[in-house]
Amino acid sequence: MVVEEKDPVDVLTELPEGEGITIGAGEQLPESLWKVRLRLFWKSFKRNWTLFKENKIGLAGLAVIALFALMALSYPVMRSAGPWQNDAVYNPVIGYDAPRAEFEIVATEADVVDPTTQMDANKAQLWCFRVVAGDTCVIPQQPAPPGSDHWLGTDPLGRDIASQLAFSTRAAFLLGLIAAVVTVGVATTIGSIAAFYGGWLDNFLMRVADLVLLLPLIPILIVMSGLWQINLPILGVLIGILSGFGGTAIVLKSQALSIKVKPFIDAARVSGGSNWHLISKHIIPNVLPLSFLYMMFTVTEAVSLEATLSFFGLLNIDMSWGIMLNTAQSQGYLRSGLEFWWLLIPAGVAVTLLAAGFFFVGRAMDEVVNPRLRAR
Amino acid sequence: MSEQNGQTRVKVENLQKLFPISKGLFRKSTDFVYAVDGISFEIKEGESLGLVGESGCGKTTTGRVLVKLEDATGGQAFVHNSDRDEMIDVMDVESPEDRKEFRKHVQMIFQDPYESMNPRRTIYDIVAEPLKVHNLGTTEEKEQRVVDLLRLVGLTPPEPFLFRYPHELSGGQRQRVAIARALVMEPTFVVADEPTSMLDVSIRISIMRLMLELAEKLGVTYLYITHDLAVARYMCDKIAVMYLGKIVEMAPTEELLSNPMHPYTRALLSAVPVPDPSYQRPQVEIEGGVARAINPPDECRFIERCPFAVDECKTAHPNLFDRGNDHLVACYLVAPDGSWTGRERAKLELRS
Ligand SMILES: Nc1ncnc2c1ncn2[C@@H]1O[C@H](COP(=O)(O)OP(=O)(O)OP(=O)(O)O)[C@@H](O)[C@H]1O
Ligand code: SF4
Ligand SMILES: [Mg+2]
Repeated sequence: MVVEEKDPVDVLTELPEGEGITIGAGEQLPESLWKVRLRLFWKSFKRNWTLFKENKIGLAGLAVIALFALMALSYPVMRSAGPWQNDAVYNPVIGYDAPRAEFEIVATEADVVDPTTQMDANKAQLWCFRVVAGDTCVIPQQPAPPGSDHWLGTDPLGRDIASQLAFSTRAAFLLGLIAAVVTVGVATTIGSIAAFYGGWLDNFLMRVADLVLLLPLIPILIVMSGLWQINLPILGVLIGILSGFGGTAIVLKSQALSIKVKPFIDAARVSGGSNWHLISKHIIPNVLPLSFLYMMFTVTEAVSLEATLSFFGLLNIDMSWGIMLNTAQSQGYLRSGLEFWWLLIPAGVAVTLLAAGFFFVGRAMDEVVNPRLRAR
Repeated sequence: MSEQNGQTRVKVENLQKLFPISKGLFRKSTDFVYAVDGISFEIKEGESLGLVGESGCGKTTTGRVLVKLEDATGGQAFVHNSDRDEMIDVMDVESPEDRKEFRKHVQMIFQDPYESMNPRRTIYDIVAEPLKVHNLGTTEEKEQRVVDLLRLVGLTPPEPFLFRYPHELSGGQRQRVAIARALVMEPTFVVADEPTSMLDVSIRISIMRLMLELAEKLGVTYLYITHDLAVARYMCDKIAVMYLGKIVEMAPTEELLSNPMHPYTRALLSAVPVPDPSYQRPQVEIEGGVARAINPPDECRFIERCPFAVDECKTAHPNLFDRGNDHLVACYLVAPDGSWTGRERAKLELRS
């Protein structure tokens, strides 16, 4: 396509004489508007992807997130058509299965070297009457180590860990999604409005933001969970509001402030745009890339916060990675080291990995959004 | 192209804009920048007025007040409403609805073609924005209108430009888009704030020609802001020279250039290169740069830099009045008939 300066006089003489600008039936545009927009969106997506791709850590984070997404998606398949169809066994909350295994009986608890195959005589009396050290006894295992039925073993209540893990992935994504959307919504709106209107409204909002920023998040949530029953969606909204109204709002406000003074805002105003038009069509779209970045960090925060709060048993949640850790802890398995590793490692690693995945994606996006950070 | 005695399109009387100098959050400020301090002018149909002066003299502020980007702190301004054939009182434009209606008739072209366009919107979005805001026409009509406008401003063929982003266009192309955006509502009055000053010299003239052609074709009246007298001469029928918030001289273009009376105008003119090397223009040199008019004392605004200043100049800022030939000057040393009554001692005075 030829793009060049053309002598305006030539251009004008090409026009039909008369009233100047007319809305007439000229040639039709080749494509409808939304198709063009879709194409433009795709184009800018591709450009950003090229930048994002250069960051290997970001790619790794994305891979981790994709893996978890697959895991979350696999859950319904496994339960309805896969090996986890028996609800009585594989329901992540009320399922129960205690595979029987032969235990070697030792004299006292102190003699137990491997608690997954050895048991002291006293405790074994429950299943095998009058056994003494040196005997063997078949005992239902609870928790059971990984095997072919339970790929990651069972928890102290006889529930399948693998299905709990998959089930909880969905919960983590749901929580992260709610928290992220709420954060972006709250932070972008508050930041843009504070920057645009300024004055007392700005002062008020920013003082509230300072306050929220200073609040220690975990103690606050602990108090709240004592006062109310907090379930997953409510927790998502709470985290979203607290992190969106605090630091994120302040960062986005300063971004909005730098956009507010751009001449294109004046130009839009002269075009007749209302305040809301200026905020929604000009300020927010220019703030949004930065909001998406903070969205990633919020997911990280939400996933780890949930684990922390659940670990202390503060949330009204059926099952989550935090609950899995809480179960191990409340039944006293945290102190026995890594003998019962399947109670700790899967859930712990899942929390860490997913949180890290979103964090790394956020860092990589940071470089796309803030070109100054880009290497080279 | 000037039609004398045409209908009045813009009338400004004693317009004033003071900016308070901030003194912290809770203290009321007592100091003001007198950005625009009581200026009056009139622009007739088919005429353009050039507003000329150094940086900081209040040109942009005047333009911004006239398009309601700033609210005046005093005076009156009227702009013609071509739909109803009546004058809109700019001071009465207050409510959001009034402002929106007002902007059908008044538009602005900004200095910086890079910064005056949202980088995330396409050329189509940018030019169609006024149509969308005012909810005019169907999507197809809007598209057609934008295509027509782009062709009108010389972006041909227009279709490839529609869905490009501003950064994909050259400065000149972008300023054409800005012109298209300003003209899409067919306003009567357009404030053009140094629209070519950021452009490459080689494309300035083509943008200026385009603006002139469009003015004639669409019957637009410009307030053309520039610091360059040569540009004003090319673009405008009449020139007003501003200094620290005041108009110090105003006259039809050729009259002003051939017979400059105010010391400041004469200094400005001696800075413009003369094509004829044998011609010796009387030199007036002035020192220093424009200060900001903060609570200016009762004396001629130009007194600090004026090589001719006399005691009288310390009494008050001189009135701007007609010295014949529609030539208005504000200087005590210009006689009512336009003759110079001061001594020519500029250079000597400054050097010693
Ligand atoms: N929003 C504002 N707040 C305070 N002072 C302002 C504001 N806008 C302009 N001023 C002051 O008003 C005076 C006139 O500024 P203005 O921008 O109108 O000058 P100008 O003639 O357009 O200059 P330039 O050629 O540099 O664009 C300057 O002293 C400027 O500092
Ligand atoms: S009034 Fe006096 S100070 Fe002002 S321009 Fe004229 S001579 Fe100079
Ligand atoms: Mg200016």
